[in-house]
Amino acid sequence: MLAEQISIFIENKEGRLAEVTAILRDANVNIRALSLADTTDFGVLRLIVNDNEKAEQALRKEGFTVGRTKVLAVEVSDEPGGLNKVLDPLWMQNVNVEYMYAFANPQCKNAIMVFRFDDHDKALEILEKHQIKVITTEDISRL
Amino acid sequence: MPIFDIDFETMPREGLEAIQLRRLQTTIARVYATVPFYRQQFDNAGITPKDIQSLKDLQHVPFTIKQDLRDNYPYGMFAVPMEQVVRIHASSGTTGQPTVVGYTRRDVDTWASLMARSLAAAGAGAGDIIHNAFGYGLFTGGLGAHYGAERLGASVIPVSGGNTKRQITIMKDFKPTILCGTPSYILHLAEVADDMGVDFKDLFFKSGIFGAEPWTENMRQELESKLHLKAVDIYGLSEIIGPGVSIECKEEQKGLHVFEDHFIVEIIDPETGEVLPYGESGELVFTSLTKEAFPVIRYRTRDISSLNPTPCACGRTFVRMTKPAGRTDDMLIIRGVNVFPSQIESVLMENQTIRPHYQLEVDRKGNLDTLTVKVEINEKVFSDDIKSLQTMENKIAYDIKEMLGVTAKVRLVEPKTIQRSQGKAVRVIDKRNF
Repeated sequence: MLAEQISIFIENKEGRLAEVTAILRDANVNIRALSLADTTDFGVLRLIVNDNEKAEQALRKEGFTVGRTKVLAVEVSDEPGGLNKVLDPLWMQNVNVEYMYAFANPQCKNAIMVFRFDDHDKALEILEKHQIKVITTEDISRL
Repeated sequence: MPIFDIDFETMPREGLEAIQLRRLQTTIARVYATVPFYRQQFDNAGITPKDIQSLKDLQHVPFTIKQDLRDNYPYGMFAVPMEQVVRIHASSGTTGQPTVVGYTRRDVDTWASLMARSLAAAGAGAGDIIHNAFGYGLFTGGLGAHYGAERLGASVIPVSGGNTKRQITIMKDFKPTILCGTPSYILHLAEVADDMGVDFKDLFFKSGIFGAEPWTENMRQELESKLHLKAVDIYGLSEIIGPGVSIECKEEQKGLHVFEDHFIVEIIDPETGEVLPYGESGELVFTSLTKEAFPVIRYRTRDISSLNPTPCACGRTFVRMTKPAGRTDDMLIIRGVNVFPSQIESVLMENQTIRPHYQLEVDRKGNLDTLTVKVEINEKVFSDDIKSLQTMENKIAYDIKEMLGVTAKVRLVEPKTIQRSQGKAVRVIDKRNF
């Protein structure tokens, strides 16, 4: 049920982000969602793409440090309080969000959020119990 | 393990000292007669060659420093006429004008046998194939190792530095068993091999002889595990003879055996110039006993080490010097604290985070020195979580503070952004203008 995110270490230098996206463009990889976390010197770019294998290979070949992380992509209803429906049952059982970002999804009227929780197994269990839809990697590459 | 020159390398102390004294007296008499610089030095100190009655008397002789060699550039320190000089080398000139050194035919011969001793101590023998990645040219590493390998009767591949991908192909196809080079270049080579999908496990090396720059015990572990060989340290400098002044043995890897039948080694306090007893750390000083073209008397190397006189389990009786901890001239003084790049390297390797590609940047902001330690990230330690990367930076900075008492900013940088060198690594960029 878990989706996979690739993460890339980038130094804070002019044009570095554009280089990463150009490498992905040239490898014909489509970016579905992204977030950039940064400090003054470096950043970690987190990406959900349609082809992890291809993206990772292309970036590695250009000398980037690439990691893979399991994340949860969750459907969130597009209405006031939608996000709380997901978060409330989790925090009540002490599952913590490490980071999250939103997903571009033209085909679905619900929003999709990508989460990294401190305890994925427990999060997944809770989400299932509350009938909250989790999107798989296959779904993502089909989007 | 066979010892190449067993009569000398296992000689009892008294016999050795008798040879040393005889050779020292001859050398001193010769430089006094032929090199105006030394005559001047002796005259200024109020001594003559006849005053050298025992090895202890050497302590009254003034030191020779790098600047003296520079002042006599290029041939002023030569003790023979040019017709007898068959080879010229020069130091790398890392810290300024290079110094020029010469060799007679007999000097080249002596050097070859010292390098043959060294290669044998590292486990090489007549059947071995030596991949010599030390640079050929004015730098003494390449030709020194080359002649030694031939003297030993081994096969030598004179590949020199550079052309890294081709070197890896050669390693696969020619099946060399002994690897020689500077540790920083060899690690670069290992990275390139990795990129090419070549695993050193599948190559044929049993030993690696690494030198020309100080490297740490932690670096040894890294080299040994990455390259699947025994890594031994070799020491030398062109002013003395080149590589082959001392070497570790493969069996013990505990200190470098100084070939004392050709050089007298002393450790001095770099501040006072006083000779320090065995075991104490200070600056290495060498006096040549057999060099014809370019003898040096009490040459201050700027390298920091200490001496251990205990005979080694390998059978060699020569005194052992510890791996040089750094050089007095790459010692950085940061806010009054002495810092050697090798100390920072130890901290980095102890954190097991970082491949040994790092660079120290020193700057002065206002009146305050700042030290930035740039270290390359790698996939083993990379995390998508900014917090853990920052924790890692802080942990390294904390350990540096703990160990050296210096506040450093640790900065993670992308892989392969710190420049790789073909020879000696550039570890320090000092932007302060003194």
